[in-house]
Amino acid sequence: MSVKSMICIVCPVGCHVSIDDNHTVTGNRCKRGETYAIKEVTNPTRMITSTVKIKSNLTTRLSVKTSEPIAKTLIFEVMDALNSVEMQAPVSTDDVVIKNVLDTGIDILATRTILE
Amino acid sequence: MERNEGETMNVDIVVIGGGASGLAAALSAKDETNSVIVLEREHVLGGILNQCIHNGFGLHVFREELTGPEYASRFIEKFHAENIDYKLDTTVLSINKPDDCFIVEAYNNEDGALTIHAKAVILSSGCYERTRGQIKLPGARVAGIMPAGSAQRYLNIDGYLAGKDVFILGSGDIGLIMARRMTLEGAKVHGVAELMPYSNGLTRNIVQCLHDFDIPLYLSHTVTDIKGTKRLEEITIQEVDENYQPIAGTEKKFSVDTLLLSVGLVPDTMVFESMDLTLSPITKGAIVDHTYQSNIPGIFACGNALHVHDLVDWVTIESEKAGASAKRYVAGEIKEERNNLTIEPREGIRYTVPQSIDMNNFKEPVTVMFRVTNKYDVGTFTVKQGDTIIQQKKARFIAPAEMESLMIKPEQLIDQTTPITIELEVK
Ligand SMILES: Cc1cc2nc3c(=O)[nH]c(=O)nc-3n(C[C@H](O)[C@H](O)[C@H](O)COP(=O)(O)OP(=O)(O)OC[C@H]3O[C@@H](n4cnc5c(N)ncnc54)[C@H](O)[C@@H]3O)c2cc1C
Ligand code: SF4
Repeated sequence: MSVKSMICIVCPVGCHVSIDDNHTVTGNRCKRGETYAIKEVTNPTRMITSTVKIKSNLTTRLSVKTSEPIAKTLIFEVMDALNSVEMQAPVSTDDVVIKNVLDTGIDILATRTILE
Repeated sequence: MERNEGETMNVDIVVIGGGASGLAAALSAKDETNSVIVLEREHVLGGILNQCIHNGFGLHVFREELTGPEYASRFIEKFHAENIDYKLDTTVLSINKPDDCFIVEAYNNEDGALTIHAKAVILSSGCYERTRGQIKLPGARVAGIMPAGSAQRYLNIDGYLAGKDVFILGSGDIGLIMARRMTLEGAKVHGVAELMPYSNGLTRNIVQCLHDFDIPLYLSHTVTDIKGTKRLEEITIQEVDENYQPIAGTEKKFSVDTLLLSVGLVPDTMVFESMDLTLSPITKGAIVDHTYQSNIPGIFACGNALHVHDLVDWVTIESEKAGASAKRYVAGEIKEERNNLTIEPREGIRYTVPQSIDMNNFKEPVTVMFRVTNKYDVGTFTVKQGDTIIQQKKARFIAPAEMESLMIKPEQLIDQTTPITIELEVK
């Protein structure tokens, strides 16, 4: 049986928790740590923030984010998708930069307003 | 470039810097009766937030997690809605007070030299990063060694990756964030070394920026040699003992072309060089009373220019207070004569801001922010005047990286002259 250890980041206590193949969680001081550990081994997700190219008088990069946390395994594929995009000003915060990225149902959104 | 004759303006309040701090200060300083202008060196408002594209901003002020640019844009929109004056690409060079008003000298390409006469000045110019010279790094002087924040700016604003093989010295949040950011952009981050036995960064950044990408964190380690001809080629790190001295035989070598330094930030008070602004030896920012007024009447300070903040939310809250004070000062509502009761850090406390309460202007509760000197799971902050305890507050997960705060109310004081002390008791 394999045991995976991790630090719970749900609250500032930062418990060192372990989880085995049967999803038995130890080391957590509360229930939320168990939920976190199971999610981390079954379907870990992360917000991705990055930039894409933009044609503008003010800057060359537009900052972007995923509309919600996305599967951790897709992080580098998302980065590749972002590298192939070029936006044109004006762009406003929350404008969609890529719709339904990698068929996940998640969008890439602008996080900055660049008007010219 | 052609230099214009130079323009002279009269304004009630000049705000130096249009970052999170300057925007919040200007918004609360402005009313129908006064005039306010923000001077910003860059060609956009928002300051350092523009390059902090990661999320984790605004949990306290907006109860939601925003990226740096999103947090900035909420304030920039409000700022424009209020029609507050501002000038971009404008660098403040100096401030003087030859007689009854401040003379702010600034420069931009459009106006050339610009002179502004003002009744009050708010210093919200942010901070700068410690560089190699300031930490006495040994070894060859080569290209490829830079502050982590500079690398962040190159990448997130200019779209240029500083290097392909990277090592990071210092485990503060900027270093951790950059470890992930450069990895995502295709660089290999070989490791992060931290002199202290613990990281100064948030646990969540250690997990999501280092563990996620299997980047090793070397605690109690420092860089002891740097090799390269023109560009950095190799670094050596070593474990240190309890006196931070390298231990022989613990050397590890890494072939890298880039070394990022995340070794501390210092408030930027340069524009006041010609004035007698009293600085704190610990925060390196101005010493202020509870109205955020410095020793020079009419000069207020806030944000990273006052003391380095890790959360923008506290920058906003503090700067709103400084702005409100400047407004009251200009309206003649703050008594000129001051009667400062000092707030002194004692056992376990590194510094407090503000450093005093001006008893002549003390009517509302005052928030005192402070940092501790060490990491503890639990402790009690005790506020005293002499031997009399005027307040106690229990706290958990106390750490130097986390700013603490407590509130002092006028009715809690036993007298107007005995200095207030704050100490930390741990079991
Ligand atoms: C790299 C980094 C990462 C951070 N990450 C986080 C995070 O994840 N979460 C969080 O909550 N907080 C974070 N913070 C903290 C927070 O974002 C900052 O404390 C806050 O934004 C600082 O605002 P400020 O206005 O004091 O300084 P700044 O944003 O630096 O603004 C100062 C402004 O003054 C201008 N200026 C300076 N000198 C002059 C002059 N002489 N004339 C004219 N203009 C001048 C500068 O151009 C700048 O725009 C981070 C800070 C840094 C440095
Ligand atoms: S397990 Fe519970 S107490 Fe421990 S870090 Fe997670 S949320 Fe906090």
